[in-house]
Amino acid sequence: MPIFEAVRLALNTIRVQKLKSFFTLAGVCIGVMFLITVVSIIEGMGRYMKEDLVGKLIAVNSFELRRAPNINIGDVDQAEWESWRRRPRLYVSDLLPVVEALPEGTRWAQESENNVTAVTRFARPRQTNAIGIDGDWFAIKKLAVKDGREFTALELSQGENVAILGPDMVERAFPGLDPIGREIRIGTTPYRVIGVTESRGSAFGISFDNFIIAPWRSPIRKLLNPASQMIDAVVIQADNQAVLMESQERVRAVMRTRHGLRPSEPDDFAMQTSESALEFWNKIEGYLVIAGVALPAIGLVVGAIVIMNIMLVAVAERTREIGIRKALGAKRRDILAQFLVESATLSTVGALMGIALGIGLAQAIAAVSPLPASVAPWSIVVGVAVGMGVGIVSGVYPASRASRLDPVVALRQE
Amino acid sequence: MTTENEYEAPLSTTAERQAVVTAAGDAPGKEWVIVTRGLKREYDMGGEIVRALRGVDLAVKRNEYVAIMGPSGSGKSTFMNIVGCLDTPNAGEYWLNGQLVSTMKDDELARVRNKEIGFVFQTFNLLPRASALHNVELPLVYAGVSASERKERAMEALTKVQLGERVHHRPNELSGGQRQRVAIARALVNRPSILLADEPTGNLDSTTSEEIMRVFENLADTGQTVIMVTHEPDIAAHARRVVVLRDGQIASDERRAAFTEKLGITL
Repeated sequence: MPIFEAVRLALNTIRVQKLKSFFTLAGVCIGVMFLITVVSIIEGMGRYMKEDLVGKLIAVNSFELRRAPNINIGDVDQAEWESWRRRPRLYVSDLLPVVEALPEGTRWAQESENNVTAVTRFARPRQTNAIGIDGDWFAIKKLAVKDGREFTALELSQGENVAILGPDMVERAFPGLDPIGREIRIGTTPYRVIGVTESRGSAFGISFDNFIIAPWRSPIRKLLNPASQMIDAVVIQADNQAVLMESQERVRAVMRTRHGLRPSEPDDFAMQTSESALEFWNKIEGYLVIAGVALPAIGLVVGAIVIMNIMLVAVAERTREIGIRKALGAKRRDILAQFLVESATLSTVGALMGIALGIGLAQAIAAVSPLPASVAPWSIVVGVAVGMGVGIVSGVYPASRASRLDPVVALRQE
Repeated sequence: MTTENEYEAPLSTTAERQAVVTAAGDAPGKEWVIVTRGLKREYDMGGEIVRALRGVDLAVKRNEYVAIMGPSGSGKSTFMNIVGCLDTPNAGEYWLNGQLVSTMKDDELARVRNKEIGFVFQTFNLLPRASALHNVELPLVYAGVSASERKERAMEALTKVQLGERVHHRPNELSGGQRQRVAIARALVNRPSILLADEPTGNLDSTTSEEIMRVFENLADTGQTVIMVTHEPDIAAHARRVVVLRDGQIASDERRAAFTEKLGITL
């Protein structure tokens, strides 16, 4: 019995008995639909995390030297927080030794940030994220200044009162106005706006564009950290992965010496890369996939039971047909194959419908909620395989019953 | 219609049959299509043993046209099931076309049914959702014949039974006689050693029955071995040899002339 024949027969059965087939397929269809939806959303979140969220915060081939990691997607317990709080701060005096230790092919920047209140004549005071910077900050962060210009080296080193705004801040502080050349007060210090950056987008509905950037050496630094010589982070970017590793090792050595650590003591500073920031996400993503797959699996089990029942009914209804086929020379395995293929085909059709609905549902959820969705090609393959698998597993018992029917008894059935 | 003499030509003689059925254990000669020796079949009907066959010795030569008669309960259905390899005996030998079938397992029996036996049933037993052509192709599907050859041979078989025009019709679009002819085409498509018909006219009116009987006669004339199980003497009288079963044993085994004379049937 060629498989093609059996598939054709099964598709014919679906066509002839639409309503019955619909109920048969509903379980598998719904199971696969949720499987695809959940996997798509998890996949979308993962991509978001990697490309948008962390990708925007930590540049490629770069690491950030900090007192403690600032991107903690997940579980940091109380004790760890406490130990981080006890660590020494980074000071601007650490910057020069670190930068001097860097190999060829690297760029550096430093940054500190804090929430501050900014005031203009055109709007009420606004809370915003103030970032004090030095070095090749714009280049490393790949943040372009769209209007106006970047800071000059002199402005950075002299700590001039100049500022570059994020697009949201422009909207808030200078509604409907061109901010270039206008004054904005950060705390009590007046700054002159010299540029506006491009948008950094948003993640999960939170905008990344509400910020104000100024040279760290300007008076703003007094607002960013408890002491004016403290800094949050040194950002180092390398041309490639090898140089990055080398840089990390050198920076570690410098910092350990400066903090007077003995070889047995662990680092009391963090060197955060995009991978280390994503570590936790990678960990929970695995659990999410398991949970996201386990729940639809219940639907699939129900679907499998339904298909098994329908196939048992089909075997009972078609006992005479089985008898005829046996009389004409069908062997046990021919009958077995026929019913297995039929149940696998039924179930696969259900799975295909589920995949289509699941993709649709994922897109619909992505459209109406901040949850992103990205259909993973592997989930489609898995969906089809699951459909086929459910069909085969649930078809085994009915098919083996059919194959073991006594032809004499089967032919006698009305 | 052919003459009586030509009918008688392939018939075996009583002495020949006697010789072949008593040689227990020996493979019969090539001229014998069916040889059963002491065939017994018992059923356990909830503790009560029903002895459906109590030792049936039957020998059928190639090209014979044999009717098997008997009242209900005589064991003729059981006998037909065994001859058709749908069932196996509890005791005795069954040789079909030189092969000892009585000891075969399921899958071997399936192969024998496919290659050696063409069934024609009272209720036609066509697959209702398949076209005439597909129904006729079925034995070839299980024989592993390629799709193109299958179609060609099925068309040929349907043309032989004058249904070349209706190959794409489903059974419910055909008359009873046409359905039975589809069944005959299906039975013959794999060139079986025997055509085994079980009450082939039981569901047909008398005119159509005659038509089907003519098809059988033509087949017998062209060398097809035909075994027909029936309880109607008028139908049995079309065969050239009539075997009557009673209480699980052969009660009589006669040439048609003797049978029709005894019952006063005129054809």
